[in-house]
Amino acid sequence: MRTGWNWLGVLPFFVFAVLFLVLPTMNIVIGAFRNPQGEFTLANLAGLSAPRIVDSFAISIRISLASAALGCLVGFAMAAAVVMGGVPAWLKAPLMTFSGVASNFAGVPLAFAFIATLGRVGLVTMLLRQWFGINIYAMGFNLLSFWGLTLTYLFFQIPLMILIITPALEGLRREWREAAEVLGASTGQYWRMVALPILFPSLLGAFALLFANSFGAVATAYALTGSSLSIVPIMLFAQIRGDVLQDPHLGYAMAFGMIVVTGIANLAYVIMRSRAERWMR
Amino acid sequence: MKRLWSWGAIIAGALYFLLPLIGTLEFSLRMRRGEYSLDAYRSVLADPAFRATFGYSVAMALLTILLGVLIVVPTAYWVRLRLPRLRPVIEFITLLPLVIPAIVVVFGYIRLYNTSSLLPLTGSATGTNLLLLCGYATLALPYMYRAVDTGLSTLDVRSLTEAAQSLGAGWVRIIGNLILPNVMGAVMSGAFLSFAIVIGEFTMAALLNRPAFGPYMQLLGANRAYEPAALAVIAFAATWGCMGLMQLISRLASVRRTAR
Repeated sequence: MRTGWNWLGVLPFFVFAVLFLVLPTMNIVIGAFRNPQGEFTLANLAGLSAPRIVDSFAISIRISLASAALGCLVGFAMAAAVVMGGVPAWLKAPLMTFSGVASNFAGVPLAFAFIATLGRVGLVTMLLRQWFGINIYAMGFNLLSFWGLTLTYLFFQIPLMILIITPALEGLRREWREAAEVLGASTGQYWRMVALPILFPSLLGAFALLFANSFGAVATAYALTGSSLSIVPIMLFAQIRGDVLQDPHLGYAMAFGMIVVTGIANLAYVIMRSRAERWMR
Repeated sequence: MKRLWSWGAIIAGALYFLLPLIGTLEFSLRMRRGEYSLDAYRSVLADPAFRATFGYSVAMALLTILLGVLIVVPTAYWVRLRLPRLRPVIEFITLLPLVIPAIVVVFGYIRLYNTSSLLPLTGSATGTNLLLLCGYATLALPYMYRAVDTGLSTLDVRSLTEAAQSLGAGWVRIIGNLILPNVMGAVMSGAFLSFAIVIGEFTMAALLNRPAFGPYMQLLGANRAYEPAALAVIAFAATWGCMGLMQLISRLASVRRTAR
């Protein structure tokens, strides 16, 4: 009797989750497999092979890969510097606080910040021209491009990496390093044969999470480029607003494609994290 | 050698993060020709649309926090007390908003709650506001749940509950007067994070056509030169404020706990 009524306590949560998370998502997923008459079809998914949609997925994935890879690299270097690199210990707290803020500073204001900095009349653009005579726009740089967007995304990717990887770096025991040194390992050997293999799942997991993080970002890209760079979220945004693909069900298929990509990335993160935790005890 | 590398990484990173902040600040002061002035800020603050949309988003953020607390605190408490076997399921659901992009969720809302559906929420302004509110609560769910669950893990939920029950307290009283005050620090940190997320949110508000701060900023960015930089400075200051308060409260809470 007692256990029979316990589930009532979590009923509000489940009602909320079903109404505003599960059902809306299911609706899109089912819509991706239906034709306008409501019959089952794979034609929508096949429609994803249209060149402009393939292109948008390709450029989205490339931007996400680039910003995740660079974010991992720089974030790792910065985290390693404060955890074990011999810089003063007081630097760690401000870095972590700043990372907490910056990883949430995405969206429209971030786009504005980069326009004011690296836009045609931005501070860095002007200073480079006045001080060094370098005109980055004449050299082919454009903020509203692949590299411009990647550079902007790094502003929230690097801090996220720092937040994720710092605990893993702190989990590296000093004994392991000492043991390696006693056995005659150089610093390079220690990193190559001890530290990196232990950190590998954490790094791969962080990479997957960063990838998903930038793949789903809409606001930054939209405020930065308008609709001039057709990455997946921007195209889907235009589709929802005005059916630019002229086929609602193709829109569902595109949204479904987004879920599949972020889903795979997150699954990779979860698997890698459970592997990494083996060493964290 | 190692130090050189470390300093190199820190300095390069600091440059990358500081330059856009300095650039934005400098740009926001450049509105008047030839000298620095606060004209861009004056222009933004004097805009009635700024006040209206900012007010709307602040109200939405506060309501999101309220809704989030109402959903998350009783659930997390109940699961710890009575249904520990359900914990992985609940945790999985609370992580879903990180997996499913917001744009897909709101796409689903538009399809599911349109005017020809069973629950035509998008038919009226109030209904759409309600839908946006629930959307925001969904976005905040991972952060709120994680914060509250961590807070609960520091309590002996079972003993507290039994003590309260033996003194004759009902469920509402236990959750409202006993559990909630004990996890207040955690709730606050979840609340500030939710606030920071909601205040500038763009995608959901734009697609549901609500007059929120995010779409307003985007519109201003498409039409003006200096005001967007001023807005970015204001938004960054607001995010800093939220995070700073969050850190302060969690630090105060931990000081109090160790003092006890």
